[in-house]
Amino acid sequence: MIQGLLDGILFGSILSLGAIGLTMIMHTLRFANFSHAELLSLGAYVALVFDKVFSVVSPTLDNTIGSLSLTLSLVLAFPLALIITGLSAMLIDKFIFKRIREKGEELSMVFASFGVALIIRNLIGLIFGLKTQLFSDDIVMAVIISLDPLIMVKPDQIMVLGVTLVIMLILHLILTRTTFGFALRAVAENPSLAEVSGIKLSNIVALTWLIGGSLAAAAGIFYGLTNHVNPIVGKDLVLPIFAATIVGGIGSIYGAVLGGFIVGIAGNMALLILPSGYSPAVPFLIIMCVLLIRPNGLFGEGRE
Amino acid sequence: METLIGIISYSVFFATIASILAIAVLGLNLQWGNTGLFNGGVAAFFGAGAYATILLGGTPQPDHWGGLELFYPFALIGGALFSGLLATVVGLLTLKLRHDYLAITTFGVAVAFESFVRNTNSLTGGALGLRGFERPLEGLINDPFIYNISFFIFVIFLLILIFKFLEKLISSPFGRLLRAIRQDETAAESLGKNPAKVRLTSFVVGSVIMGLAGGLYASFYAYISPQDVVPTLTFQIWAMLIVGGAGNNRGAIAGAFIIWAAWTFSGWILTSVAPVEAQLYTGTIQYILIGIIIVGMLLWKPQGLLQEKLLVSQSSKDQ
Repeated sequence: MIQGLLDGILFGSILSLGAIGLTMIMHTLRFANFSHAELLSLGAYVALVFDKVFSVVSPTLDNTIGSLSLTLSLVLAFPLALIITGLSAMLIDKFIFKRIREKGEELSMVFASFGVALIIRNLIGLIFGLKTQLFSDDIVMAVIISLDPLIMVKPDQIMVLGVTLVIMLILHLILTRTTFGFALRAVAENPSLAEVSGIKLSNIVALTWLIGGSLAAAAGIFYGLTNHVNPIVGKDLVLPIFAATIVGGIGSIYGAVLGGFIVGIAGNMALLILPSGYSPAVPFLIIMCVLLIRPNGLFGEGRE
Repeated sequence: METLIGIISYSVFFATIASILAIAVLGLNLQWGNTGLFNGGVAAFFGAGAYATILLGGTPQPDHWGGLELFYPFALIGGALFSGLLATVVGLLTLKLRHDYLAITTFGVAVAFESFVRNTNSLTGGALGLRGFERPLEGLINDPFIYNISFFIFVIFLLILIFKFLEKLISSPFGRLLRAIRQDETAAESLGKNPAKVRLTSFVVGSVIMGLAGGLYASFYAYISPQDVVPTLTFQIWAMLIVGGAGNNRGAIAGAFIIWAAWTFSGWILTSVAPVEAQLYTGTIQYILIGIIIVGMLLWKPQGLLQEKLLVSQSSKDQ
């Protein structure tokens, strides 16, 4: 029970990171982006590549830090993966979504995102192979916190949770203390009004993709570190991340954070009563519950 | 003569599957092309029809429920209605909300449906799927070649029937209402129409048609497994509609044949020409192609090969 809660919080923090970017895009551009979870997968693979490159260039970087399975080369690869994934998200928007947006069909965007997801997921499979990979082959021992009930935590999990909270804090400061943060929130509230007030819409949109993509990459790397990396990571995570945004209310960043934790914890708790084969269905059940009880989510606004 | 029969029987096999998929595309066209509803879970509605048809019409099996041995037409209709029931539940919860909710929830239905059929062994046979279905009239027609041709004629008959029905529907006042709601919901509402109810009707009818396609698919193979209802089926059906032209029923049928031909042909090329190591990636390459077709069509030819015809169902002197 407590073990499930802990694992749920950890998985939830990863979902939150993914959901923040998704909810920002869904609010600013008003479309459900089914390709967002593929950015998690992309980020993890980019990190995997740089991790290998750095450890080949300088084998000393391949040593693990403390009792973590984290290596110095992965620490160096981390920011690179964030930037590259963020830039890829911007480029995908520039070459695909922006051009479809300009034709004016809102729902075509949703559909295009299905296509983009298929392309990214299968290109990753084609380039890196379909097999499951790990950041580190070392077996990291879990630390036993309590024997009765048995509770175990891996040092990696604590580290991931800590870094995630720091990233969220930084994002919070950016949104509340910087001009960019104000501009971003203005665009999300009312794009036309923001534009007449002198905010350049296209810049804000590009920055939203950059931030959303980077956060997705961080989430993907953390998922890879605590689970595994394979081409269907995006396929497995797309629904839980959507569930997190719906629980929080589409468009609410703080809602997405909370939604991620709720979906993560609920998913792990559900395994106490459901056989694990049903776990892909749990996010869907959560979505249905939210739609029944509070259709616009915890912090969401009504239909415009 | 042997090769000729081989070619004919393969063509019949190909055309049967393409026609069944065309029926599903027609259902999607009613939802998306005519009403503007985004159904991201076509596979679930197709699958609901397929599983329900086999459970209702199949013979009793020792290891799971079902096998009610219903008269075939009842099993087929029952399967289609079951898919409609699923659509009603989903529609009631989502159709009043922002359009993204429908897209996400229907996608969720497909994921949940797949995990349900994969794991509920006592009802769906789990990963092994459902067998024990006797194809209609199979006892009477012994020759498989003749049987497949008869089945193909049956499918074509249903395809034409549904095509005629939908053509009538969209040129009726109800069809005009669908387009009115798609174009400007508030305006339609100001005229005393109830958009939520109309959208629900269109969503359910479209899903019933998809369920029927699923039922035909399962009865043709006399077998259904989770492999047949994976969410990627949704992408294939969508690609068919977008290539053919959303809003145009002829386009929907043409799209189904074109994409199914491209899919089968690319699969055949990749498995017969490519080196063995690369054959593992056949599906991967095919899905990249589907993705490129979807994105490419939206970028360069969003109206599809056959455009939506603008219907004037009003007499000209009123204008």
